[in-house]
Amino acid sequence: MPSRAKGGAANGVGPTPSSSLKITVNGLPIDRPCPPERILLDLLREDLELTGTKRGCDLGTCGCCTVLVDGRPTLSCLTLARLVDRRSITTIEGVTPVHGLSALQRAFVEHGATQCGFCTPGFLVTATALLQERPSPTRAEIIDAISGNLCRCTGYTKIIEAIEAAAREGR
Amino acid sequence: MATGGTRGMRLLGGRIPYIDGPLKVTGQAEYTDDIRRPGMLVGRLLRSPWAHARIVSVDTSAARALPGVAAVLTGEKYPTPFGVLPITRDETAIAVGKTRYIGDIVAAVAAVDERTAERALELVRVDVEPLPEYTDPRMGVEKVAEPIHARGLLGTNIQKEVVQHFGDVDVAFARATHRVRVHGRFAGVTHAFTEPLVTIAEATADGRLTVYSATQVPHYLHRALSEVLGIPMHRIRVIKPEVGGGFGGKSDPLPHEIVCAALSIETGRPVKMLLDREDVFYTNHGRHPTDNEVRIATDAEGRILAYDIDALIDGGAWSSFGTVTTYYNGVLAMGPYRIPNFRYRGRRVYTNKPPSGAMRAHGGTNLRYSIEVGLDEIAEATKLDPFDLRTRNALPPNSTTINDFRITSTSFLKCLAAARERSGWDSKFRKLPYGRGVGLGCGFYISGSNSPIHFKPVMPQSTVHLKVDMDGGIAVHSMQADIGQGSNTLLAAIVAEVLGVDLERVHVQRVDSDVSPIDIGSYSSRVTFMMGNAARRAAEDLKAQLLRAASHRTGHPVEQLEVAYERIQVRHRPEVGVTFMEALHAAMERAGALTATGAYSSPPMGGSFKGARAGTAPAYSFGAYVAEVAVDPETGLYRAEKMWAAFDCGRPLNRLAVEGQVEGSIHMALGQVMGESMNYRGARLLNPSLLEYKIPTPAQMPEIEVLLVGDDDPEGPFGAKEAGEGPLIAALPAMGNAIYDAVGVRCYELPITPDRIVRGIEDRRKEGRAWKGA
Repeated sequence: MPSRAKGGAANGVGPTPSSSLKITVNGLPIDRPCPPERILLDLLREDLELTGTKRGCDLGTCGCCTVLVDGRPTLSCLTLARLVDRRSITTIEGVTPVHGLSALQRAFVEHGATQCGFCTPGFLVTATALLQERPSPTRAEIIDAISGNLCRCTGYTKIIEAIEAAAREGR
Repeated sequence: MATGGTRGMRLLGGRIPYIDGPLKVTGQAEYTDDIRRPGMLVGRLLRSPWAHARIVSVDTSAARALPGVAAVLTGEKYPTPFGVLPITRDETAIAVGKTRYIGDIVAAVAAVDERTAERALELVRVDVEPLPEYTDPRMGVEKVAEPIHARGLLGTNIQKEVVQHFGDVDVAFARATHRVRVHGRFAGVTHAFTEPLVTIAEATADGRLTVYSATQVPHYLHRALSEVLGIPMHRIRVIKPEVGGGFGGKSDPLPHEIVCAALSIETGRPVKMLLDREDVFYTNHGRHPTDNEVRIATDAEGRILAYDIDALIDGGAWSSFGTVTTYYNGVLAMGPYRIPNFRYRGRRVYTNKPPSGAMRAHGGTNLRYSIEVGLDEIAEATKLDPFDLRTRNALPPNSTTINDFRITSTSFLKCLAAARERSGWDSKFRKLPYGRGVGLGCGFYISGSNSPIHFKPVMPQSTVHLKVDMDGGIAVHSMQADIGQGSNTLLAAIVAEVLGVDLERVHVQRVDSDVSPIDIGSYSSRVTFMMGNAARRAAEDLKAQLLRAASHRTGHPVEQLEVAYERIQVRHRPEVGVTFMEALHAAMERAGALTATGAYSSPPMGGSFKGARAGTAPAYSFGAYVAEVAVDPETGLYRAEKMWAAFDCGRPLNRLAVEGQVEGSIHMALGQVMGESMNYRGARLLNPSLLEYKIPTPAQMPEIEVLLVGDDDPEGPFGAKEAGEGPLIAALPAMGNAIYDAVGVRCYELPITPDRIVRGIEDRRKEGRAWKGA
């Protein structure tokens, strides 16, 4: 296949000059050198070992890699790390309370909204942002919000139910 | 919290949230790509841009010379053929001698990082001589100049031909009053699981090899690794981390898994082989592109007299499960109706395309679509309601089909009744306004293949081990593979139910061939039935040990004791008894940690003719679905508004999980109906990405009402049967028949694209055949 080299390996052949990247990840300030072609997903998964964010397609089609950039759902596989310089990143690890689960996470568990679980972090951060912006979304607003996330197991039914249940609980 | 079970059970029959849910919703669940080993190299594959070509030479010298490259492999090093079916081993880890499709692996590299590996691939020089390309299975049924495989039937590209005839089909057709012929055409579809294929292999100094892989069937992978690499199985350790969906696409041992292990052996270092999405599409093993012709004969009252079926199946470059596929495309017609005469010819043909294989409801889907559309036509011709037609033909319980399938439980009639009532069918069918319609489709599927693929040495299809030590935690080991369907949860719940303990005591261990007893994995919808029975037996064994200890403690004979929540007590004097922990510690005094084993083997079944075992199963699932659709006659765009899914999985043991299987199955079925299609120009796959191969989004899903109406199966664990694959089947013909009810257009080809509907509407208008007044 036409090979599609993914952005920036840590010790790639022919090193590219690294500039400094200052970001906040899950509330912690990070200041580190970062090659200009480094993709945000690689930075999170490979460099920072935040493996909760999943790599599903590398093309922005599946939504598994969704993280929040200043609170907005963003496809980390299509985002150059340097473009989020000085901004705040929240991953699935960042929406998880230190102890226990968030109301949304609890609802996902209780409603069976996870099956294989690979798409779940993407749905969860997306839905977390939705509920922050609209605490009582309509069903249509929920569907609209998660329409960039693919799930092959659940048929989305129980994901939508879980988001509705968490919204009810939040009211 | 789990909600209460049914019929006196604490958990089973209720809604049991998945025990791995908390790890999955926090991103803490560990998938293969999340694992890192010290000094791990990156593996990459060079794929063939040629559909069919003789390999003259592969020059790897420049790639090897590149700094950072640890190994470059070509096909000669590990030429031993493998394949999921022992009778059709025709794959090699890397192409040997020739390439058979665009995407075939011709070389592999391990390097210090991704970029070096990719650069090394660019430096590999492959010299080939092109061979004739065969991309249409019709080209391969006659003798060809250059068969894709030497093992093709008599110089053709036919991989497998099945011919069966029971009863006398010609006589039946001659005396029939109604005959229909459906020519179904089905594009290939693929699993599109969200987690890409990925493997990590680690060869170590003790001569052992550890392989972590996203697989549904760790045991078959274990065997294939041993055979191809020439390492005894006991020196290979296969670990299955969490798997991000499979649907059949992770059930074959796959070439990249073996190549990854080979690269680790070559380099002495751990190697990760993560396939990108495009690679996953080229690995495929999805549902076969199929042309089938289904002829149905009935009497004047709509009783089925005979089926006459011919299927031409596009196998792609390898055999994979193809021999099974070829049988299933005929024999899975044997339910849910009584078929007195049956003839089938199935041919699966190699083509120079990505291999087809097993995908959810393998072999039963395309066949069923043609049959159910044909029955809809018969109903119309005989002026019978489609429900009445099917009711009249329902296969009775405790019966034998003409090809010797043993049918035990069936609640098919209850499925029909529930779907009819809940959908309001009688007030909708042919009565909704033009552009709206309802359709009925039914289904039938195996609840676990009776024949394990590998039957040597003879062993149970599932084994479960339990160990409980003084801490009171119950460790459960089994090679059953949870790929998201919730089998770990069911395994834990069965153990907790039998022992009366809290679910939190039960710890299902990660699949690890060093310690997990063999279960042959997640395929053929077998896990609930087979693993469930094995788990129940293991737990009953452990329970007997605890009851004996409690008997010593209480002085009451075992026969008088019963299990209650976290307690063993005297049946009619519940105040007399011991806690679970007291019973455990009493039992441990002499024996130490308690262990127990349970196993399941399906009973002997099937006839004695060639191929008689194909399709035999210890039980079968049944379904009847009604779809309601809205079609825009101007554009042909349509949507599924609602689906009523009445399904017989025996007793549902975890309603949450069964509903999830039904809802997910409908998603996948709607994908195949509404647009999923592996599109080719000649041998070239045009849409190897999730952007161009579109699976349904949340906006395309209908409201779904799941109706679980099954009665207990006599042999299933606690009365259960499968719910993993069967729930997909009925949804496809329900959609096709609903579109017909809406606009009067018969769709014989999947996917049903809007242009086909518009063309059908135009044809009707031209011919002056009005539909519902339009």
